[in-house]
Amino acid sequence: MLLSIRSLTKVFPGTLALDGVDLDIAAGEIHALLGENGAGKSTLIKCLTGAYQRDGGAITLDGAPIDPKSTGQAQELGIGTVYQEVNLLPNLPVAQNLMFGREPRRFGLIDSRRTRAEAEAMLRQYGLGIDVGRDLGTYSVAIQQIVAIARAVSLSGKVLILDEPTASLDRREVEMVFDVVRDLRDRGLGIIFVSHFLDQVFELTDRVTILRNGRKIVTERTANLDRMSLIEHMLGRALEHEVTGTATDGEIKAPMLQFDGIGRAGVIQPFDLTVGQGEVVGLAGLLGSGRTETAEMLFGLRQSQDGQARDADGPLDLRNPRAAIGAGFGFAPEDRKTDGIVASLSIRENIILGLQARRGWSRPIPRAEQNRLADDYIRKLDIRTSDREKPIGELSGGNQQKAVLARWLAMNPRFLILDEPTRGIDVGAHAEILRLIEDLTAQGMSVLIISSEIDELVAVADRVIVLRDRRHVAELTGAEVTGDRIMRAIAADDEAAA
Amino acid sequence: MTLLTRIAPQLIALAALIALVSLFFPGFLAVDVSGGRLVGPVIDVLKRGAPVALLAVGMTLVIATRGIDLSVGAIMAICGAAAALSISSGLGLVPALLVALAAGAVAGLWNGVLVAVVGIQPFVATLILMTMGRGVAQLITEGRILTFSDPGFAWLGSGVLLGLPVPTWIWILTAAAVGLAVRRTALGLLIESVGVNRRASALAGVNATLLLIAVYVLSGLCAALAGIVETADIRGADANNAGLWLELDAILAVVIGGNSLMGGRFSIVASILGALIIQTIGTGILLAGFPSEYNLVIKAALVLIILVLQSPRIAAEWNLWRESHRVQPRERRRT
Repeated sequence: MLLSIRSLTKVFPGTLALDGVDLDIAAGEIHALLGENGAGKSTLIKCLTGAYQRDGGAITLDGAPIDPKSTGQAQELGIGTVYQEVNLLPNLPVAQNLMFGREPRRFGLIDSRRTRAEAEAMLRQYGLGIDVGRDLGTYSVAIQQIVAIARAVSLSGKVLILDEPTASLDRREVEMVFDVVRDLRDRGLGIIFVSHFLDQVFELTDRVTILRNGRKIVTERTANLDRMSLIEHMLGRALEHEVTGTATDGEIKAPMLQFDGIGRAGVIQPFDLTVGQGEVVGLAGLLGSGRTETAEMLFGLRQSQDGQARDADGPLDLRNPRAAIGAGFGFAPEDRKTDGIVASLSIRENIILGLQARRGWSRPIPRAEQNRLADDYIRKLDIRTSDREKPIGELSGGNQQKAVLARWLAMNPRFLILDEPTRGIDVGAHAEILRLIEDLTAQGMSVLIISSEIDELVAVADRVIVLRDRRHVAELTGAEVTGDRIMRAIAADDEAAA
Repeated sequence: MTLLTRIAPQLIALAALIALVSLFFPGFLAVDVSGGRLVGPVIDVLKRGAPVALLAVGMTLVIATRGIDLSVGAIMAICGAAAALSISSGLGLVPALLVALAAGAVAGLWNGVLVAVVGIQPFVATLILMTMGRGVAQLITEGRILTFSDPGFAWLGSGVLLGLPVPTWIWILTAAAVGLAVRRTALGLLIESVGVNRRASALAGVNATLLLIAVYVLSGLCAALAGIVETADIRGADANNAGLWLELDAILAVVIGGNSLMGGRFSIVASILGALIIQTIGTGILLAGFPSEYNLVIKAALVLIILVLQSPRIAAEWNLWRESHRVQPRERRRT
């Protein structure tokens, strides 16, 4: 076996990111690595490339144990990586990008003629006859991607990791890159292919390994899997296994909000959505299906090209988040660190921030009231902290999430949008947050919840909307909200899009 | 953290500096009363430090939003020229001051719109006005030094009120007014929040764009006041030299004040102490009788020492050293 990983373990404070993962990559194989966000794909890759140091397990390359301390060292050992965002220098010529750091020299100076010649020779192996003197940035992303691959292969040459290499390519460019990748496989490289485009996985790869919650779920020949079983493994539930939800059939909630024809070209196809009072609407779909974009559209973070939002009193203004907040909306985004918490401010300040922003700068919330609010929510949501003045950045992910929720609850919104509210938080906090959602809706608040965990949606949602390829493709209500139905809707083949 | 523990490093640095200067010039702390006014080196520091102290007030808030304002020196020149031109063309004192303040506000608005609406990095956005502003000032004065003889205006630069120089009163009142305005309202919190994480703040409903613009406008107004004081002091607007390089002293004052250039928590009082430290160094070097060519080198060396002693890494080492030696087993100060 070319590359062999045994019981790889990586611990982050509060989470076990990788839990004894085994993975074998043969020479001359394209091996897909699949999993939803937080499954452990990127942690595994970072352990392989030396960006992270593993906490347990062994990696052997060509039979010899390796322990790369940096990406440079991993490259020397033979493991090269190409990322979705080409990490070369777009304002330097292609030749320099390829030869950077090992340019042929003459009298100690860079020999630019030989640099060009060697770069051209290198790219010809990939069937690319481009002018290597032009800046890399002037070429298409596909060509940049191939240049990045060429550089990685020439530096390393044993294992090539492709991390979402096709995410920003169109169909024809994907073919171009795939031809190069297949050619490298035939030359005996071991290739790890990370992608969330399942069609490409079936088209390109020989074997598949699926990770979920830091564990390896299965390794299988791609030909032996179908789309449905792949998704089952990724999302972690089998069709037989049935969870009964809270959805009560027949009971129609009074409609509170009505969205008609909200959408934007290239972001999400126009959709209609009605939200009842006290209703929990779930959004299901794979990564990149348009779930987050839907939420951002509703909260005024992205502008809808057309369409209208209204409640019983008339049209609503959702021009920006402030306007949406004015309409009684709240939004706890997916990426807590960059979009949710204000890291170096205290828990108290983070909790009262939204309320204070709505009151306006000239009417500060009295300190005693701030303390009361903060203590109140620290107790109610069981935020684990020594005191309310601790910088929120020092809390664990689950407690940060609870504090962000507290910020919104303090504002008492009528419609709360939660994007992956339970991602990356421990089991206890997970259950608490789901219970909290039920309490809130019992008091009349409406909730839109986005989740990759189908069981979570089944458990908490009254109605589930399924998205695929940036479209709302199905809506399941009442007794239809079952894991089976959601899975089938997610997996349905999309001939229309092909 | 109480105010006193926050500004303790700056107070200690200032005290040490005064002690050092007194070694060379024993009369540094002496204050006499002469003709109803206080005189002495310390009073001179409080007066000459006015422009940088004023700039530091606005700069503190700009830096708290993770920005920087390189244009304040140039805005000083514009506003000084505008005030001098207004006075010498017969406008009354109050209208002339209003013209100068309005010029500062417009300049700040320009910066704020470039940063908050157009999305240019603050360093580059304010560099534009830094370059252009001095040119605008030269156009206003038509390349000459614009002198005037309005006693009311001159009083703002060299007058005395209740024993203290008028410029001293101006910076004290400005700092107090701005300090109270940000801490008695929610502005301080909102500014810190935008500085730490603009995107998360905007998602929570903070009007980050407006707040950023307001902060640059305030910085422009502070620069206008500084320009008025300096112009009034020399009774003339010198477009080439008014406020020259003072933006750097203002940034230095904010940094000596322990405010992070990465935005977030800020203290105006600490920045003011930073400005006084800089002025004490300047005045002290002159009084100590060093040849003037040593000034900049000594100033840089002292600033370096102060910053090194204040750095968190040194503080951590110091705590470690103290614990290992158990000199005084006291509770460690919160950092």
